[in-house]
Amino acid sequence: MTELASGVVQSVDWIAVAPPAITAVVALAVLVADLFVPAARKPVLGWVSVGGLVLALLSLLPLTSGDRSTFCVVGRAGQCSYVADHFTVTVQLLVLGGALLTALLSLHNADDLPPGEFWFLLLSSAAGAALLPASRDLATLVVALEVTSLPSFALVGLRRGDRMSGEAALKFFLSSVTATAVTLLGVSFVYAATGSLHLNAVAVGLAHGTGQLTVLARTGVILTLVGFAFKLAVAPFHFWVPDTYAGAPLPVAAYLSVVGKAAGFSGLILVSVIAFRPYADVWGPAVAVLAALTMSVGNVAALRQRTGHPRSAVRLLAWSSIGQAGYLLVPLAAAGYAADPAHEVGTTVAYALMYAVVNLGAFAVVALVAGARRIEDFRGLYATRPAAALALAFFLLCLAGLPPGVIGLFAKVAVFSTAVDAGLGWLAVVMAVNVVIALYYYLRWTALLFARPATRTADSGAAEAAEAAEGVPAASDVSGASGAVAVPQAPGRVPVSLTAAIALAALVGVALSGAPQLVLRFASGSLF
Amino acid sequence: MNHTVLQVLLLAVVVLPLLGALGALLPAPPGLKGRDPEQAVLRHGVLVTGAVLALSIALAVGFDRAQPSRMQGTTDVSWIPALHIRLHLGVDGVSLPLIVLTALLTFLCALHAYYKMPEGPTAKAFVALILLLEGGTLASFAVLDLILFFLAFEMVLIPMYFLIGRWGGDGRERAAFRFILYTLLGSVVMLLGLLLVGFKAGTFDMVTLATDKGSGLSHSTQIIAALAIGLGLAVKAPMWPLHSWLPDAHTAAPTTGSVLLAGVLLKMGTYGFVRIVLPITPYGAHTFAPYLAAFAVVGILYGSLACLALARQGAEGDLKRLIAYSSVGHMGFVLLGIATLTPTGVNGALFANVAHGLITGLLFFLVGAVKERYGTTDLDRLSGATGAALYGAAPRLGGLLAFGAVASLGLPGLAGFWGEMLSMFGAFRPAAGLDRGAYLTYMTLAAFGTLLTAGYLLVVVRRVCMGERDAEARVLTDVHGYEFAAWTPLVALTVLAGLWPAALLGLTNPAVRTLLGGS
Repeated sequence: MTELASGVVQSVDWIAVAPPAITAVVALAVLVADLFVPAARKPVLGWVSVGGLVLALLSLLPLTSGDRSTFCVVGRAGQCSYVADHFTVTVQLLVLGGALLTALLSLHNADDLPPGEFWFLLLSSAAGAALLPASRDLATLVVALEVTSLPSFALVGLRRGDRMSGEAALKFFLSSVTATAVTLLGVSFVYAATGSLHLNAVAVGLAHGTGQLTVLARTGVILTLVGFAFKLAVAPFHFWVPDTYAGAPLPVAAYLSVVGKAAGFSGLILVSVIAFRPYADVWGPAVAVLAALTMSVGNVAALRQRTGHPRSAVRLLAWSSIGQAGYLLVPLAAAGYAADPAHEVGTTVAYALMYAVVNLGAFAVVALVAGARRIEDFRGLYATRPAAALALAFFLLCLAGLPPGVIGLFAKVAVFSTAVDAGLGWLAVVMAVNVVIALYYYLRWTALLFARPATRTADSGAAEAAEAAEGVPAASDVSGASGAVAVPQAPGRVPVSLTAAIALAALVGVALSGAPQLVLRFASGSLF
Repeated sequence: MNHTVLQVLLLAVVVLPLLGALGALLPAPPGLKGRDPEQAVLRHGVLVTGAVLALSIALAVGFDRAQPSRMQGTTDVSWIPALHIRLHLGVDGVSLPLIVLTALLTFLCALHAYYKMPEGPTAKAFVALILLLEGGTLASFAVLDLILFFLAFEMVLIPMYFLIGRWGGDGRERAAFRFILYTLLGSVVMLLGLLLVGFKAGTFDMVTLATDKGSGLSHSTQIIAALAIGLGLAVKAPMWPLHSWLPDAHTAAPTTGSVLLAGVLLKMGTYGFVRIVLPITPYGAHTFAPYLAAFAVVGILYGSLACLALARQGAEGDLKRLIAYSSVGHMGFVLLGIATLTPTGVNGALFANVAHGLITGLLFFLVGAVKERYGTTDLDRLSGATGAALYGAAPRLGGLLAFGAVASLGLPGLAGFWGEMLSMFGAFRPAAGLDRGAYLTYMTLAAFGTLLTAGYLLVVVRRVCMGERDAEARVLTDVHGYEFAAWTPLVALTVLAGLWPAALLGLTNPAVRTLLGGS
């Protein structure tokens, strides 16, 4: 950053940078405190982290006017590295809120994971994710992206002695490092061609022509976007997702599916809509194709998930998250065709907010049903845990876009309308077909929740009564090698934090369903 | 009655069942605990549906019958400005009879369930679901925004799914899943059509769109939209060949579920045709009308032939299944009337809609009663070698069954007659631009269908009501008091609508003429 290094003393707007800064400071504090806190008191670290995230969320309040920026190049208006506009604040709300829900999910099972490391890694990653939407130059963007993803590898592999976990981390690591390398190469090309790292300046540079360096600039743009596509698990770079999610500890999978995705998307939006705006005719159609491909791959694979497959619940959520990422890309593709992309960007953000809430909610319920790794294990959940079953049904219907998940429906409608408005009729049709495919597998799961548990043991005949009495799973012999527990256990003591997470997600989901305008106003207003 | 009162009444009719559904889940307040919790919640159901019925009758009384084509009691507030979706409600001559019919049938079902709760899980859930179903159905008849219509349309599926899946008979889970899958797929296609209309025209408001008469939509848009919306509605109606979820759902559903499914839910499909497809995409409707009519006529013949096959001796036909197939035939008449695109035909369709709700509702109640008494609805087991001799065993029940059957076959003087006759009248002289020769053929075939209908219903009456009474035959309990209470209104209205059709046609006719473009 040559401009920054020109020797001018900067005054830093600490209030503007508070959300990522607080998160990072608390992360360090937790790491240090871990050394001094006795083993019995380790749960305190979790609560400190939750407190830190709440504090970071509260620090968003002074930023709601959306007009702050800092780390600016002196003398050149509008070239700032950190901007806290409405887009930033909204995405920060999403990632910090998502991290908070993840933290609530993890509080009760911190025993399996080394607590100090876990909380440190989670908070660092969240700090990176919170920095990302605010960064307005390519260097900060890449740094933020790496701060988000590097701790994630460790989080995925954190469960000691679990081979799946280690393998998942390795897969994730390799694909992510490749993505970073490709992105960096692209960024360096773009810098070479335009002479600036600031997104606005890059846009100006690209628009005014780069002379002999046009090929270099084009290559740079494409490589940068490919790198982001890798990070976002956009098809055909999605292969690592299901294994990674299934292998990772459940809260980490939830975190990756929501916060990791949201961070990646905000980066992609910034790069494509602001910096590479002059090349919209290149990336617009490309993103449209990727969107169609991603949602189709994700939904078809989710459709093929057998309910009895070990870990099928998380794998289904993993594939469905790929499908949902496809929907998130649709407004972005439409932004490539629009004169003023604010509406399209707002739609993506609105959809991401909806998706974050309900997807975390769904993961929370999966975490609640201890030992349930197969979708089959959710059969008759309503009989044992009516509230959890209703919550999961609501979340799944939101993801499917069916009433009473009204917000899911309207978010999809908003996305759909951007495609139609942009003249991407074929993409709208592909999306519609995908929504229909997704209906089937979400509904199948939802229907299982309310199915009679009795039919489950029909094949085991007379043994049923005895097994019911002992609580021995009747289908464990069917489930095979995974050793998954088949039956939702009789309701034991539910951790308060988990209940709080589900209740919070459900509450927000219901509130949004009643007043969808709360998030859909982003689709009509301007975020930048 | 002034506008505000009507507005409040309409809102109350839509919102009260939903609040009631919530209330059913809460513990009964002190003083209303009743004999036991189950009785208290069932009574809650009767009270709420009764109140809704009273409100809807008040709405009908307050409705300005001099201007049935005007939307009355309207509420119009913005809900989601980002998507131009408004909370727009109102009632006109087309929707008013359906609202009253829904309120009436749900009340009768709640009354029936109060005395004879179907086998299944808790009564609490049952009452909550019935009320949710009522709320959704009433909302879909009262809303005037395309997206709200879709929401209400979908909201009905969930309670129906559970009513079939949890309180039903054999094969209920399969039937319930099939029901929800068919109707959901249909309604997703419908949603696409609605969105297309909304995005292209820039509004989701049905009144505005209907006033525009498709002027804001290109012909190709209208064709695609009419096809998509029509498909979704046709699944629900149901139109042959998309009907195959219906017989299973009816066979598996409990009595009250069947009554509501046939009496109320199917009407949402045909109502959608009249309210949305005809006025909003007139060109599309005009393009597809001959095909719709053809499918409708096939449905009439197919339904009747399926019923004849089921009614045969040795076919092991199920009575509920038979009535379900007869519904396919009757809804065929409704669709034929709509497909003529003439005021006569559409009026006939709306009349047949209401008549079918009354008569088939009654028939499902009666078959439920037969099942309670004999333990089966299998015609062969029921009738044995000569017949079940219901006239002898339970004369009142037998008489009512015969009444329902002749009403269903369209005996003049009863409700079933006018709708079918007007539909065929419409087909005799279809709207300008439609191939009259084709419609005359359809009319002839439909008339032949009425003959077949008469055939199978008389066979059923002969096999169930007549026959030689064994000396040692069980003495059956005849009609209970509560059954009389639940059935009498249906019988009375069937006779009333048959003798005084103008009461209904006077309401629908001006509204239909406005929707069709003032011809």
